[in-house]
Amino acid sequence: MSDKGIGASSKRREDVRFLSGNGKYTDDINVRGQKYVHFLRSDVAHGKINGIDTGEAASMPGVAGIFTGADFAEVGGLPCGWQVTDRFGEAMKEPAHPVLAQGKVRHVGDPIAAVVADSLEQARDAAEAIDVDMEELPAVMDMKSAVAGGTLVHDELETNLCYDWGFVEENKDAVDEAIKNAHHVTTLELVNNRLVPNAMEPRVAIGDYDASNDESTLYTTSQNPHVIRLLMGAFVLQIPEHKLRVVAPDVGGGFGSKIFHYAEEAFCTLAARKLKVPVKWTASRSEAFISDAHGRDHVTKIELALDEKGMFQAVRTDTYANMGAYLSTFSTSVPTWLHGTLMAGNYKTPLIYVNVKAVFTNTVPVDAYRGAGRPEATFQLERVIDKAARELGMDPIEIRRKNFIQKEEFPYATPVALEYDTGDYVATMDKLQEIADLDGFEARASESRQKGLLRGLGINCYIEACGIAPSNLVGMLGARAGLYESATVRVNATGSITVMTGCHSHGQSHETTFPQVIADMIGISEDQVHIQHGDTSNTPMGMGTYGSRSIAVGGAAMVRATEKIIAKAKKIAAHLMEASAEDIELKDGSFSVVGTDKSVGWGDVCLTAYVPHNYPLDQLEPGLEETAFYDPANFTYPAGAYACEVEVDPETGKVDICSFAATDDFGNVINPMVVDGQVHGGIAQGVGQALREHAVYNEDGQLVSGTFMDYSMPRADDLPSFVVDHSCQTPCTHNPLGVKGCGEAGAIGSPPAVVNAVLDALNKGGYNVSHIDMPLSPSRVWSAING
Amino acid sequence: MSTVTMTVNGKSVSGEVEGRTLLSDFVRNNLNLTGTHIGCDTSQCGACVVHVGGKAVKSCTIFAIEAEGSSVTTIEGMANPDGSLGTIQQAFQDNHGLQCGFCTPGMVMSAAALLEENPNPTETEIREYLEGNICRCTGYHNIVKSIQAAAAA
Amino acid sequence: MYDFALQRPQSLNEAIEALSVEGAQALAGGQTMIPTLKNRLASPDVLVSIGGISELQGVSETDGTVSIKAGTTHGVVAATVESYPALASLAGNIGDPAVRNRGTIGGSLANNDPSACYPAAALASNASITTNKRTISASDFFMGLFETSLDEGELITQVDFPVPDAANYQKFDQPASRFALVGVFVAKYGNDVRVAVTGASEDGVFRWSEAESALAGNFSSSAIDGLEVDPESMIEDIHGSRSYRANLVKVMTKRAVAAC
Repeated sequence: MSDKGIGASSKRREDVRFLSGNGKYTDDINVRGQKYVHFLRSDVAHGKINGIDTGEAASMPGVAGIFTGADFAEVGGLPCGWQVTDRFGEAMKEPAHPVLAQGKVRHVGDPIAAVVADSLEQARDAAEAIDVDMEELPAVMDMKSAVAGGTLVHDELETNLCYDWGFVEENKDAVDEAIKNAHHVTTLELVNNRLVPNAMEPRVAIGDYDASNDESTLYTTSQNPHVIRLLMGAFVLQIPEHKLRVVAPDVGGGFGSKIFHYAEEAFCTLAARKLKVPVKWTASRSEAFISDAHGRDHVTKIELALDEKGMFQAVRTDTYANMGAYLSTFSTSVPTWLHGTLMAGNYKTPLIYVNVKAVFTNTVPVDAYRGAGRPEATFQLERVIDKAARELGMDPIEIRRKNFIQKEEFPYATPVALEYDTGDYVATMDKLQEIADLDGFEARASESRQKGLLRGLGINCYIEACGIAPSNLVGMLGARAGLYESATVRVNATGSITVMTGCHSHGQSHETTFPQVIADMIGISEDQVHIQHGDTSNTPMGMGTYGSRSIAVGGAAMVRATEKIIAKAKKIAAHLMEASAEDIELKDGSFSVVGTDKSVGWGDVCLTAYVPHNYPLDQLEPGLEETAFYDPANFTYPAGAYACEVEVDPETGKVDICSFAATDDFGNVINPMVVDGQVHGGIAQGVGQALREHAVYNEDGQLVSGTFMDYSMPRADDLPSFVVDHSCQTPCTHNPLGVKGCGEAGAIGSPPAVVNAVLDALNKGGYNVSHIDMPLSPSRVWSAING
Repeated sequence: MSTVTMTVNGKSVSGEVEGRTLLSDFVRNNLNLTGTHIGCDTSQCGACVVHVGGKAVKSCTIFAIEAEGSSVTTIEGMANPDGSLGTIQQAFQDNHGLQCGFCTPGMVMSAAALLEENPNPTETEIREYLEGNICRCTGYHNIVKSIQAAAAA
Repeated sequence: MYDFALQRPQSLNEAIEALSVEGAQALAGGQTMIPTLKNRLASPDVLVSIGGISELQGVSETDGTVSIKAGTTHGVVAATVESYPALASLAGNIGDPAVRNRGTIGGSLANNDPSACYPAAALASNASITTNKRTISASDFFMGLFETSLDEGELITQVDFPVPDAANYQKFDQPASRFALVGVFVAKYGNDVRVAVTGASEDGVFRWSEAESALAGNFSSSAIDGLEVDPESMIEDIHGSRSYRANLVKVMTKRAVAAC
């Protein structure tokens, strides 16, 4: 392991400000003269607004303005970034998504009106005085009944079905036939539970308007300020990019929920323009629960056909995917292209057919949450494999090994449209068996039995498609944006470097890891490189950070820009040493002429670029600054194998995680310490999904688990220390760093391991339970045990 | 409005507050000490933990007036006198005990209170003590490691 | 929060005086009250903070009684009570350390949250709850969900717990809030056994009399084996059905007896 540059566990420079209380999060920003927003949100799931009387509220102390849907009738709705085409060739149903409700509310939390006042409490007081004449309508909650007919979430669509997607449609008949004729078919019906991402920092938006220059600024808690600028500027408010600046300063976690363009951002930006004062909104946690996009929420039936040797013959899966009341930015792509394409997993299943029905309901919109589609794919596949192994009396590891795509078979084209570039699933499984001490399981199980507890072991594999994504490919699939990334590398006159990236770091450690790459390429120290991100006014257009894409796509753009820098610097060095640029070598921060002892330092070359007295001005521009855009040739395919051991208390149903081991192949690793941390966090979220977390709606559409008092977040004493390993590395073949991305793996790979472990414990303990839906809360496990 | 006076990070401070002004509002808004964060409204997440009279409390669940005359320490008061990171802060950096940094001030303040009460906690004791501090990034693994390292330092 | 005046009396008498005004409400540790105010679920005109009153602070242990002044925090009880370890341990598992540094026994009992821990200890110990007006036996104090026999303006000043021969509290956490999904406090005084259950019932904390009778004759967890709790009166929510809670009452009772 290196002690600097790529492969070093460099300590994080951003930590100094976070640890000393000097982080600058959006809520820490106060613009002189700012006023405060409170949104009056619907407390019913579905209702027709017959009238809104703001008269009394408007006259209350401190009120600067009250806005309703009527004030936003002229502006656009919040756009959906991905158009899915259904199995019959028709475009998905795409309802309007107003900034403030227009005539109807469609989920608890849907904003009806907004009050801007001198203080937040004054805004709240006035909001309580707004009189809304609301006619409550039946809530559309259950997806299957919603599709069957009845009440419509959007009357104008004449259906609650957003799309009925089939993939790969041409495979359908062959898959049906294979399942009909199979030696054995294992069927599993399951729910992938609805989650609330709950980044610890609630969302904040501050709109500011400089009337003299007609310039708007939005400070917002976003993973991708450029995307917000584009979507909000072009589609909602019609503000051209050069008049709109979006700043996402330090952001306290995102996990997908801060990708999307939200109504509050558009509201604050427009209200600031209309009132000509800065306007600030800070979500309370309770508000976040009913206004941040939720995650998952699939109801699935999966069938796996096997031959007599346990080889997978076909997979057929039917999913109802909840869209919620409106289409959030990436919502439509999650259950389709980020889900259906992953159904081959790590295996050579020859025939696969995926059907997804996306459904509107009177719930908060559902969109990408850490893993986004891939956890849903992994969960159903790895659960049905485990069930099949139990039905066939096979070892769960052996059945997986038997069906693995083998190392020598890469690149491997799956029947669901992906081409995996590299991988070695045998190696990661071997490593897992070693680090998880699977041989010692029986002894540990015996100790558990003596305490009256049931011990179980759960194993699973996962693969994910990350580093999204080739723009031309996603364009064909319906994306309304490119998914390249960009970087500007600015070498300063004395040799230090500022990198301006379109990615955004909100926990991912870019400020530390990106410099490691450049330091390695040039041979200078990491602290000579500074990373600038989060402000559209001083970074090049980028699509942001999600989908484990920052190092694979954004890092690649930075490498390309740095290569341009080095190429130009070599020409300057060649000039200084009176040699040919082809003969110049850059090593350890020094340019030398191959085969001579002539050399010139990095700093001298940089200074020469900016003080071009002795400089080939007729051939070369002065200065040293380059920009590159990088559009990936393929997705990246991190993969791994996870093991979880649990103890189940049969008297109470309580599950304790005794150990969790993860082997991941992320290709090359820039900073092992950071990668470990990303995996730890992902596992915690996956364990949270498996055992604790659940956004529960009642039949009236009220979110019952709407605070941390009822939504169970994993805490320190719920989790063990983890054993993680990423020494199995098959570098990505198509990006310059050979990296695959690591942000989502833990959340994708861990839920099936936990559930498989609990079921193993129950079955070994004599309870014949084939499935329990997540979260495996004590009461659910106890109920499963007790019939 | 009434005037409240207390000692914050060793300095005497005072400010005009309402009865309903929370201590967290006071340090964030009146004193501009924005390291104390607000992550929930049900007193669960612990991002706002500060010390009042040497005890860890959730500053979002105590009124500023109730801290009248008290000695309050926030994350901004945890550095060494020369401005370098204090022992616990340094251990968090050394062990990658934070990612997005939002829960971190509360974590550090809770860790400090724990080590004050129990200078050599076991892993289980650390995990139990952090029951009132939610982190969404780290899975707690490296937070626990950081506190162990701080205890050993 | 709605606006209110916050008063900070320095003596009990001043506090009583302040609380006699219409619309005034006591503020103890605030760990329940303040989140309630934030969500605008309460609108007192005046909040009387009793945290600064030294007369309401402290623990004393004499002659088989643990006396806890109402303003004593859970953290202090956990750290100082020696003669009644089950009570100290209960206090040390309420909420989290920061909550325990603010939350008080008086506040907890007066609030009578159906999932709070202290009511179980008070009821199982038949504690005496003293107010500025009178002393109320725990058996007469708890009147259902969030209801007590306290009058308007009446303030708890002290709680006296007779120390049992043996006692144990078993708490099964509600996974999110960490309140008791079910908590069972068993206390044995000679041949008299009291079993108080929190978290489980729609009527708040209650005594499980069948278990008490069974244990009076045979103080062992096997004495509970043949008993069943009627699920009808149990709470049902997303964290557990009625029958699940009924099961937990039995399991936690057995465990508490076994740990005595």
